[in-house]
Amino acid sequence: MFKRMLERKPGGVVDFMLSAVGRLSRGGWLYWLWLVLLLGVMGNGGFHYLDQLRHGLMITGLSDQISWGFYIANFAFLVGIAASAVLLVIPAYIFHRQEVKDVVLLGEAVAVAAVITAMTFVMVDLGRPERFWHMIPGIGEFNFPVSLLSWDVLVLTGYLLLNLLIPFYILYCHFQGREPSFRVYFPWVLLAMFWAISIHTVTAFLFSANPARPFWHTALLGPRFIASAFVSGPALMIAALQIIRAVTRYPVSQKVMHMLALIMTIALQISLFFVIAELFTDFYNEGSHSASSRYLFFGLDGHAALRPWVWCALGLNLLAVLILMINPLRENMFFLNLACLLAFVGIWIEKGMALVVPGFIPTPLGEVADYVPTSAELMISGGIWAMGLLVFTLLAKMAIPIELAQRDRPAEAVAGAAATT
Amino acid sequence: MSTNPQPDQPLDQYRRGFLKKLGLVGGAAAATTLPAVGHPAWGGSTLGDAVGDFFQSHYKRMDPEEIEAALGRIERRAKKRLGVEIQVANTPPIPGVVFGYAINISKCQGYRRCVTACVEENNQGRDSQVQYIRVLQMDKGGMNLETSEHYYAPETVPVDGKFYLPVQCQQCDDPPCVKACPVQATWMEPDGIVVIDYNWCIGCRYCMAACPYWARHFNWSEPQIPAEALNPVTHYLGNRPRPRGVVEKCTFCIQRTRLGRQPACQEACPTGARVFGNLLDPDSEIRYVLENKTVFRLKEDLGTEPKFWYYTDV
Ligand code: SF4
Ligand code: SF4
Repeated sequence: MFKRMLERKPGGVVDFMLSAVGRLSRGGWLYWLWLVLLLGVMGNGGFHYLDQLRHGLMITGLSDQISWGFYIANFAFLVGIAASAVLLVIPAYIFHRQEVKDVVLLGEAVAVAAVITAMTFVMVDLGRPERFWHMIPGIGEFNFPVSLLSWDVLVLTGYLLLNLLIPFYILYCHFQGREPSFRVYFPWVLLAMFWAISIHTVTAFLFSANPARPFWHTALLGPRFIASAFVSGPALMIAALQIIRAVTRYPVSQKVMHMLALIMTIALQISLFFVIAELFTDFYNEGSHSASSRYLFFGLDGHAALRPWVWCALGLNLLAVLILMINPLRENMFFLNLACLLAFVGIWIEKGMALVVPGFIPTPLGEVADYVPTSAELMISGGIWAMGLLVFTLLAKMAIPIELAQRDRPAEAVAGAAATT
Repeated sequence: MSTNPQPDQPLDQYRRGFLKKLGLVGGAAAATTLPAVGHPAWGGSTLGDAVGDFFQSHYKRMDPEEIEAALGRIERRAKKRLGVEIQVANTPPIPGVVFGYAINISKCQGYRRCVTACVEENNQGRDSQVQYIRVLQMDKGGMNLETSEHYYAPETVPVDGKFYLPVQCQQCDDPPCVKACPVQATWMEPDGIVVIDYNWCIGCRYCMAACPYWARHFNWSEPQIPAEALNPVTHYLGNRPRPRGVVEKCTFCIQRTRLGRQPACQEACPTGARVFGNLLDPDSEIRYVLENKTVFRLKEDLGTEPKFWYYTDV
């Protein structure tokens, strides 16, 4: 039975995979230029990572005082992207909105790319990456369920698999020219939805579990993570969908854009409200729990590396929410894109560096220091982002032709194929 | 503690190519026959030792033979890198002993002799300047860590209007660092000491974020110690030479205290401010302090249950 599956017969799994991979080698000059560009940035990052392997993490700006920095900041942000990209699933499968269903596979591709990117950021942050296997249950010593980090590894891996499996099944069916069976994939879709929330909650808990770090140790952190993720994720999706619409003939309905923009607007409002709530609690009665916020927003003992960044993030988010709240502006693609860009960068700062780094300042013993990433850290991170873009590009490249072929098939043919299988 | 020399001669040539390749994935480079490239991750390991290190199991899962082999590898590497014969012990905890520490802050004058004694005893990297003990110069009239001075350097101590608060790993009885570790590379031993298996730690530094006493330190680069400064009497869970990329911290001088000796910081303190002993022994000095002095613990509200107390004379 297994052997039969592996034979390359037309319409078989192997045929499916081979033809999908085969599509990667067909593309216009723009496609190749894009790939070369990404590979260049990745190569540069890889080169610097070799340096990090050779010399240790001393090539970063990290220290015993601030022991997590740019890598973990990007990780936290990307988990949010991964979680919210799948939120498209809800209108698509629960409310059966066809125009959303059309793009749901792309959302899953974004999720896959974001999870892989997030996990790579954790890998490059490890002091002993070759001991990675110590985390594998069975051969390693997995500290589950006590360690939140072990939870995170588990939910991210599960999420990755889910988001690979569902599209695989759907695409495979379409490849064979039949409609996927709703009863087969729907339970998994439902699971993926809850899982999406869980990955971001667990990542927030990873931080808020530490009473040693008052800046993170707040019940609001989880909700803040989710709210901001529902800003950055749709912002990215809006951009990605427009690019796909421009370079392929894939149908991306304007209705989807509107829906995403609306989600973004509401989430950004909630997110800003949470910021205000935090600021009030920190500064109305300023105690030692507010020292990190004071460092972040105003500087502490002459150290203020993050101050310009956090104000910039606040400004960007405010501007974005203003644009989004004015209906005519939101429906204008130029302004919508502008708002997406502003909010994406704003959240990237807020849920990245401005979240991770102040947790360490001052240290639990009251020492104040600054952290600034080195150029090596930036290059390595750039390489990882490029890898994420590459993963998304390749996934989309494989999926889109299958989807277009299914769409071009006359409806009777699809029905016929369904009847024979 | 075996020092069986491995017949690594035939492997020598093979090693060059292998370690070069390893340099790509793990960062291992220089062996004795190779010119040093950057900072070697495994120092002068032979091929066999590098492979043995890679596949080495968790400390608590190793059988006595595997532990012997692991100790042997550490000893051989120290010999190759620095030409020093070291002994890596694996002394077990003493039954009926749980260690505790108390510091009399009325006596502490801020000399920081404990800090230097600790570095010399515990083989911290000299270039990286890791120190397990931080003595805080505090303003009298309060207990605010945030206004403490970490790098005080007056002509003479003590400074008027200040008192001194030495902080090191508090050997919490409910240690958040242990909870945090995703691979159980750090745990509490039966004698109450929180230890780290430096060969199992993956260097994620989550424990550093979790520790409320800033007690854990990371080896951002390969720790460098001059051969003559290396303390050759070591313990696997304590002061044996550490690799790069792992976390380390105070272990109550496990290599000494499990043999019934006092920690180096206690011996070095000229004022007698430090009291160390067995919490389970009703006649111990530490028990006397706990029963007769008004003691307090740092950040007790976090529920970490430190086995580390502070007290004053008045
Ligand atoms: S002081 Fe820090 S390192 Fe030491 S046991 Fe407590 S939490 Fe762990
Ligand atoms: S740095 Fe090492 S000891 Fe600390 S949590 Fe990570 S694996 Fe565990």
